Amino acid sequence: MKIFATYNIKGGVGKTATAVNLGYLAARDGYRVLLWDLDPQGAASFLFRIKPRVKGGGKALIRGTKALDAAIKGTDYDGLDLLPADFTYRNLDLLLDAAKRPERRLASLLAPLKSEYDAVFLDCPPSISLLSESVLHAADLLLVPLIPTTLSVRTLDQLTEFLSGFNGHRPDVLPFFSMIDRRKRLHLQIAADLPAERSGFAEAGIGALSVIEQMSVHRAPVTAFAPRSVAAQQYAALWAEARQRAGLTG
Amino acid sequence: MADTSREFVLDGDARAGSDVLLAIAGGASLAGGLSWVNGGPARASRRSWLDTFDWRLYRAGLTLEQVSGRHGTELVLTGRDGGVLATQRVAAGPAWPSLAGALPAGPLRELIEPVAGIRALCPVARATSKVSELRALNDDAKTVARLAVDRMSVTFPARRPAPPRLTLTPVRGYSGFADRVSRAIAGVPGISAGRGSALDTALALAGQHAGDRPGKAAAVQLSPSMPAAAGMAAILTALLDSLEANVPGTIRDIDTEFLHDLRIAVRWTRSALKLCGRALPGGLAREFRPEFRWLGDLTTPSRDLDVYLLDFDGMAAGLVAATESELGPFREHLDRTRAAEHRTLVRGLRSARFARLAASWRAALDSVRPARKRPTVTQLAGTRISAAQGLALQAGLLITPHSPAQSLHDLRKRCKELRYLVEMFGSLHEPAQRWEAVRELKALQDCLGAFQDAEVQRAEIRAFAEQMLAARSAPAATLLAMGEIAAGLARRQAAARSEFDGRFAAFASPASQSRLSALAEPGAA
Repeated sequence: MKIFATYNIKGGVGKTATAVNLGYLAARDGYRVLLWDLDPQGAASFLFRIKPRVKGGGKALIRGTKALDAAIKGTDYDGLDLLPADFTYRNLDLLLDAAKRPERRLASLLAPLKSEYDAVFLDCPPSISLLSESVLHAADLLLVPLIPTTLSVRTLDQLTEFLSGFNGHRPDVLPFFSMIDRRKRLHLQIAADLPAERSGFAEAGIGALSVIEQMSVHRAPVTAFAPRSVAAQQYAALWAEARQRAGLTG
Repeated sequence: MADTSREFVLDGDARAGSDVLLAIAGGASLAGGLSWVNGGPARASRRSWLDTFDWRLYRAGLTLEQVSGRHGTELVLTGRDGGVLATQRVAAGPAWPSLAGALPAGPLRELIEPVAGIRALCPVARATSKVSELRALNDDAKTVARLAVDRMSVTFPARRPAPPRLTLTPVRGYSGFADRVSRAIAGVPGISAGRGSALDTALALAGQHAGDRPGKAAAVQLSPSMPAAAGMAAILTALLDSLEANVPGTIRDIDTEFLHDLRIAVRWTRSALKLCGRALPGGLAREFRPEFRWLGDLTTPSRDLDVYLLDFDGMAAGLVAATESELGPFREHLDRTRAAEHRTLVRGLRSARFARLAASWRAALDSVRPARKRPTVTQLAGTRISAAQGLALQAGLLITPHSPAQSLHDLRKRCKELRYLVEMFGSLHEPAQRWEAVRELKALQDCLGAFQDAEVQRAEIRAFAEQMLAARSAPAATLLAMGEIAAGLARRQAAARSEFDGRFAAFASPASQSRLSALAEPGAA
C-alpha cells in the first residue's frame, strides 16, 4: 500500500482537485483506493456526494481503526472508497496531541488497511500543524501543488526545510505547478525556470481551467465527467509520474 | 444488512426479462427520496467456467470463471460466499484444457495450482451474458446500491436461455439503504430470491450439478440383503460408467489422470470378475475376462511412461554427479516413446473391439436378473474378503530375506485384491470401521508399491538405454546420468525392502487381522 498526500501550507492551490482526480485515476487503473478527506471543509466529500459526517467524529477515528473501518463509504466509482470529512476534524490537532506518539498516529491507523487498499490518498487541510506532521510521517509521496508565483515558491522552501528536520521516515516530494494561467507572463516564466533550478519537479502541470471548477457543479472528478478534456489529460500525466515515483506496481 | 450482494431471479420465460429494468424501475417504488437511474450501456461478455474433470476447485469451495468482453479477458476466482479471491488479466483466452501451472504467475495461480494439482482445467460450462445496470440514488444523487441484470444464455453443456439474474450490490457504508432497495425489489411481481451461482444455473439447465462425478465403485450404495448377482451388476455398471467417462479425456490426452482412472476402472473390473465372477449368471465372467485383460494390457505402456515422466523432475533433481541437462536426450526419448504409445492406445480405444466390449458388457450387465435371493451381497462380501485376507497373509508369511522380487510382487497383487474388495463393498460397512481396518494394509501396500515401482523402473531404464543406443541417440553423458538414476532407484528399492518386515508384521498382527476379519462377518453390515 502506497500513501499519497496532497499537501501545501497554502490553501486554494488545487490540493483537493488533485486528490480527487488522482484517486479516481488510480481506481480506474485497477488499484483499490481509499481517499481520506482530512479537511473539515469537506470539499472532497462534497465532490463525491458523500455527507461530511463520521460517527463519533475525529475523536473516534484517532482512537482506533474500528471506527475508521466503519466510517469508510463507497463512492460511485469501482475501487474508490472515501473516508469522509467531519466538522470535528478542526480539532484533530488537539486530539492528536492527546494521543501517544501523535506524529506516527496516522501511519499506525492506516497500517491495518494494507491488505484492503493498494493506494491511499490523504487530502490535507492547509497548515503546518501536528496533523500535517502526522500526514508527512505517514506519506510515501507528497504531492505539492504550487501556483507559479514567487510566494508559492517560498512555501515550497518552508516545506523542504520542515522536512529536513525529520528523523527516520521522510516522504518523497513531488512538487508540480497548479492553476497555471497561460495569459500571465510570470506564471509561464516561473513554470519554465523553477524546475531547472530545483530537482524533482513533475513534468506534468495543471492549468487554470474552467472545467476543473465545474467539478463542484457535476460533483464528480473532471477525469470522470470530461475524460477527454485538457484538464483530464493533465491529471493523467501527473498520475503517471506520481505512480512511477511512488513505485506503485501491478 | 452486511455489505454482501443479494441475488434475485426473474420468474418465467427469460425473454420477459427484456423489460426487466422497466419492470423494476416502475414497480419497485423506493420510498424516502431514493430513485433509480440507468447505470449506462449494457455490457456483453462471454463466460466460461473452469474446473478439473473431478471438480477439485468446486470441492475446495472455489469457482474459476473466464470473462471476455470489450476490455479483454480476465480470470476471476471466487470463494464459497461469492467473494472475489483473485483476478488475473490474460492477453488472450488461454487454450483450454490447460494445467494451472501454465497460467500467468500471480495470486490466482498460487491459489489454484495446489488444488488442481496434475489435473487440467477444462470448461465445465459456457454462456454469453448481457449485463445492464440500474443504480439506486439517495437524495444527494449518490449511488447507494447497484442492481445488475444479467441476461445469460447458456451455450454449454446445453443451449438454453437462463432466467435473468438480478444482483443487488450495496455500496460500502450504505447497507441500510440497500436493505430498503432489496425489500422493494422483492415486492415486484415475478421476482423471487435467487439460489445458487450462475454456474449452478448453467449446469442445472443441462440437468447437471457441480461436483457430479462419473461412477465410482466405492460410491455404489448396496443394500445388505440384495442378491449377490444384483450387487455385482451394480458395482460393475458403476465401473463401466467410470471407464467410459474417462475415454474421451484419455484420447484427447487432457491430463494423465484420465488414463489413470480408466485403468483403475479396468483393474477393479478384472479383480471383481476374478474374485466374485461366479456370482454373476451364465458364465459372464469367463466370457469377458480375456477382453478386459486385453484392455488392461493396452493401457499399460502409456501409463508406465506417464509415471516415469511425472517422476522425471524429481529423479533429475536427485542427481549428484551428473547434471539435469545431461538427461535431455533421455527426456526426449521418453516423450517420443510416450507419443508413439499414446497413438497405439488411441487406436485401441477407437477400435471396433473396444466399442463392442463396452456395448456388450453394458448390455450383459443390464440383463442380469438374479434367479436366487441367496447368496446376498453381504454373504458374498464376507466370503471373498475372508478368502482374500487369508491369501494375502499366507503369501506374506512365506517371504524371507532371500525371497525374489517376484514374491513381493505376488503379495502386492493379493493385497490389492483384498483392498479392492473392501472398497467395492464399502457401502456395507461404516466408513470409520473400513478406514481403521485397512490402515495397516494401506501402509503395507505403499511399501510394496515403492519396491515394485523401483523394480519396474530399473528394468525400464535399462531397456530405454538399449533403445537409445540402438537409435544412436544416447550421448555418453546421458547414459551416465541414466546410470545414476538407476542407482537411485536401486537405493529406493532397498529402502522399501528394509521397511517390508515391519510393515508386514503390523499387517499380520492379531489386532489388524481381527479388524479386517470383522469386515467379513455377517453382522458387519
